[in-house]
This record gives sequence, structure tokens and C-alpha cells, in this order.
Amino acid sequence: MAHLSPTPTLEPGQDRTMILNMGPQHPSTHGVLRVILEIDGENVVRMMPDVGFLHTGIEKTCEAKFYQQVVPLTDRIDYLCPMTNNLCYVLAVEKLLGLEIPPKAQWLRVLMNELTRINSHLVWLGTHAMDIGALTVFLYCFREREEVLRLFEAVSGQRMMTSYFRIGGIALEPPLDFFDRVRKFADGFLAKVDEYENLLTNNPIWAMRTKGVAVITAEDAVALGASGPTLRGSGVDIDLRRDMPYSGYENFKFKVPTRSEGDVYARYLCRVDELRESNSIVQQALDGMPEGPIKADAPKVVLPDREKMKTQMEALIHHFKIITEGFAVPAGEVYQAVESPRGEMGYYVVSDGGPKPYRVHMRSACLANMQTLPKMCEGRLLADVVAAIGSIDIVLGEIDR
Amino acid sequence: MALAPPITDIEQLKAHPAIARLLAWNPAVIEAVKFDRDEMTIAVERSAIREACALLRDDVNCPFNYISDVTCVDWYPSEPRFEVIYHLLSIPNKERVRLKVRLQGDSPALESVTSVWPGANYFEREVFDLFGIRFSGHPYLRRIQMPENWEGHPLRKDYPVEGYR
Repeated sequence: MAHLSPTPTLEPGQDRTMILNMGPQHPSTHGVLRVILEIDGENVVRMMPDVGFLHTGIEKTCEAKFYQQVVPLTDRIDYLCPMTNNLCYVLAVEKLLGLEIPPKAQWLRVLMNELTRINSHLVWLGTHAMDIGALTVFLYCFREREEVLRLFEAVSGQRMMTSYFRIGGIALEPPLDFFDRVRKFADGFLAKVDEYENLLTNNPIWAMRTKGVAVITAEDAVALGASGPTLRGSGVDIDLRRDMPYSGYENFKFKVPTRSEGDVYARYLCRVDELRESNSIVQQALDGMPEGPIKADAPKVVLPDREKMKTQMEALIHHFKIITEGFAVPAGEVYQAVESPRGEMGYYVVSDGGPKPYRVHMRSACLANMQTLPKMCEGRLLADVVAAIGSIDIVLGEIDR
Repeated sequence: MALAPPITDIEQLKAHPAIARLLAWNPAVIEAVKFDRDEMTIAVERSAIREACALLRDDVNCPFNYISDVTCVDWYPSEPRFEVIYHLLSIPNKERVRLKVRLQGDSPALESVTSVWPGANYFEREVFDLFGIRFSGHPYLRRIQMPENWEGHPLRKDYPVEGYR
């Protein structure tokens, strides 16, 4: 490695260009993204994202933990959609185990996932608008996000690092008034989305900063591995919830918003429409919430209820065994992908038959989406870089892991 | 917990579009196939990976036009030590397939698929960074997560979890 300079950089190509570092502490890079830009006046000639500032080696840490101990680590990958990561991981391990999950747990998972999507999209909308200069939207978005976080706190005790799902089900029954609170939120939410749209959609300044900016074609987006709203904003109609359903998504009716323009504005409209669709899924989940257990009937994998543990010998033994030794998972490998707010979130889990995963790999939607940035920005103005970064909704925790 | 046993007989699996396409091209490149837990895995001969990927991408009936993921598993100390894993997705057909290339532990290298899908760029850089596998023909094969002057490849199994102190 000695021949390489300690930090990557671009060599200036021509006399009139200069190299500009944007980040890693720049507020509009949403965390710690460093972007190296070669600029000619205000025009971006070349662009190179540089990541890794948040690398914490989560994949390596997972290999040293029992399967159930990995769940809290998955929250910390993407702090804006913890439940989506929880879900993806537990689905992958359940597929390895061949576990059947009771319907109520599946529906609760869908409900929580769509609330997570609303939460994540609200943070995105607020910060993205703030980057471009529409400061007000941020306050409106965080008002509703606060309500979603209170709902998370009610079910899991945590606002952000929820760790609410377990292998084989979910951790706890939601509190008694929980569904009423969600209903109240969902009933009022559509009006709130209209409120955000009133501020932005027909706003001429917003249109000037986003329409025709950072365009990416469908072919480029597919070739570069983009997914989620970044791909759907370019007219590729794919949503894993609908096309490869998991966790009972086949029981829900929802539209997949797509736009053909491929610019920042198209991605904005896709996400705002997704807010409405997510809200509709939340309502469907509330209407059709089945009765029954929230954990699979698998005593060697799922922790017993507290009451049973104190009264039944077997339950106590199982509890002790799961906590101290973990549970063995049949050897094999699975790749489970879910539609996270940012795109295709995938977990590749390999088991060698022991109680610890042999390998856990997270397919990060943001890492792939970020590869579209140079294509979007090169040849455009420096100010558009900020709009482009905001429009692909990156979370650096997920990129670096 | 009823898991169906994996199917590894190529005769039973040759209806799968990816296997059919590779068989029609050159049966020798398929080292092994496995259908387990509803997922298809094809082990491909090392030197053929880029061409196999290009064929699957351009398949008329079921184009695997999207690279979901590239990653690696280290089976230290057994040989072949590394498995490089490619997860492909066919967006029109909603079909997935996993390709696998097995590599020996001493100076592992294979051809890059960035010429087939430019999106493999960062994934391959990550595998290079964390496993030390070299991809020939990659446009910019440098570390992506770890600092440039880092020694060792952290996700290898002989690298301690706490790092070297």
C-alpha cells in the first residue's frame, strides 16, 4: 500500500480546474460523506464520493455474536429505518431455520415497517428541503416524525434503536391503547402530507432547484445498481413489497408510485406519494389485524413468556439454554431482500450449523445508490450537487456499516 | 421446522433460466448447482465469471439485468478458501440467482464484472478492501471502508475481531 497516498484524491485534469473537497463535515452531506469535486468555475467536471468514515465493522462483530444478539446491531446500521433492518435480518434467519411466523406477528411487522418508512421519509423530506433552502418544511416534518417516534417508544421502549423484532416473532405485545394511537395518527396524516406538498410541489423556487436537475436515465440507474425511489423516479417499476412479497405484504393493496423524468423532482414526488401509500398500508394493517400469538411455536428458538418461565421446568431450561448457548441454525445460506425506504436492503446470512452466524453481509441500498451521483452531477452546477445528494436519501451509517 | 433437503442434481434444475442459459453456452463452466430454501446457487468456474455474467445479463427470455450484491465468504482454514458471491436479479422476470466462484487462499484473484454492470464497482472494492481479493479489470480498485494505509483485511477469519493491538 506504500505507493498509495493516505487519502484518495483527484488529480486536476486541466489548468483551469480546481479540486474542491465537500465534507466529510459538510451539513448537506447527511452525515460524513466526503465528495471530491473537480470544478471549472461553478461547473462540476468530475466527482468522486469517498466513504468509510463511519465504518464500525458491524459485519465482523456479527460473526462473534449469537443469532439473537445480532438484532440490536442491525438497528445501528441505518438509524432512520431500524425496523426495516430488524425485519430483514429476522426474515433471513427464519428462512434459514424454516420457521413459520403467526399472522399477527407478520401484520404487526408490516405495520411497524410502514411507520418506519413514514418516519424515514419525513426526515428525508425535511432535511432535503432544508438543503435546498426551504427551511419551514423541516419543522412540519419533524412534528409528525415526533409522533411516530412516540409510537415506537410505546411498543419497544426506544425511540430510535427499537430492536423490536425477534427471531420467530416480535418482542412484546403492543400496549393496550397502541392501535388507537396509530389510528389517530394515520387518520390525520394525509392532511399533513398535503400540507408539505402545499409548501413545495407548486412552489416555483422548489421547481427551479429540482426540475431537470441531476437526471439519471432508467438504463443508467439499473446498470449502476440503484434501487428504491431512486430507481422508480427514473421509471423502472419495481417494488419488492409487491413483486417479491415477504412478511405477508401480499395481503395488502397499494400503488407503487413511479415517475419517468429521473430528476430530483421526480424522486421527490415518488417519496411523497409513498408516504400516502404507507399510510394506507398502516390503515389496512389496523383494519385487518388478526388475533393470535405474536411468537412462533418454537421453544428452542423463541424465548418463553416470563410467566411460563417461572412456572414450567421446560420453559426455564429453554430460556437458560437460549441465553447461554444460543440456538443452532441448520447449515446453509440465504439472501433476504426487503424494500427499505431507500431501496433494496438485503441480508446474506451464512450458517455453518452453529449458534453464531458464520457470515452476515448487509447489502446496502445507499452504497449502490451513491454510485449514481457522479452520473447525476458531472457537467452540472456545484449547487446541484447538494440537491442530488439529498434526492438519493443516503444514510452514511448504512453505507459504511 | 421442516426444511426440504437441498437439490443438487443438475438434471432436476435445468429448467431454471440461468442454468439453462449457461448449459446451452458451455456446460463445463458450471461446477455445481444447489437449490436450497427456494434459492438457486450456481458455482461457476473462476475464469468464466465475467462471460457468464454478460450472458445472463443479455439473456432474451430472462435477463438478469441487475446486480444486487457482490460479497465474499472466507472458509479459512479449508481450501478453496474464498467464495465470491454474486446476487443477480432479473427486474422484468422477478427472478433471483446466486453465482459463486471458489478461490484458493494464496493470492486470490478473479475478473471484475464492472464491465457488465458498472454498479458492481463499489461492491468489488469492498470485497477487495475487507477480504483482499483482487479483481482484474476493475477501474479503481482501492480500499473503500478502511483507511488506505491499513494493514490486513478485517473480514478474513484469521483476523481477530478486536483487531491487532
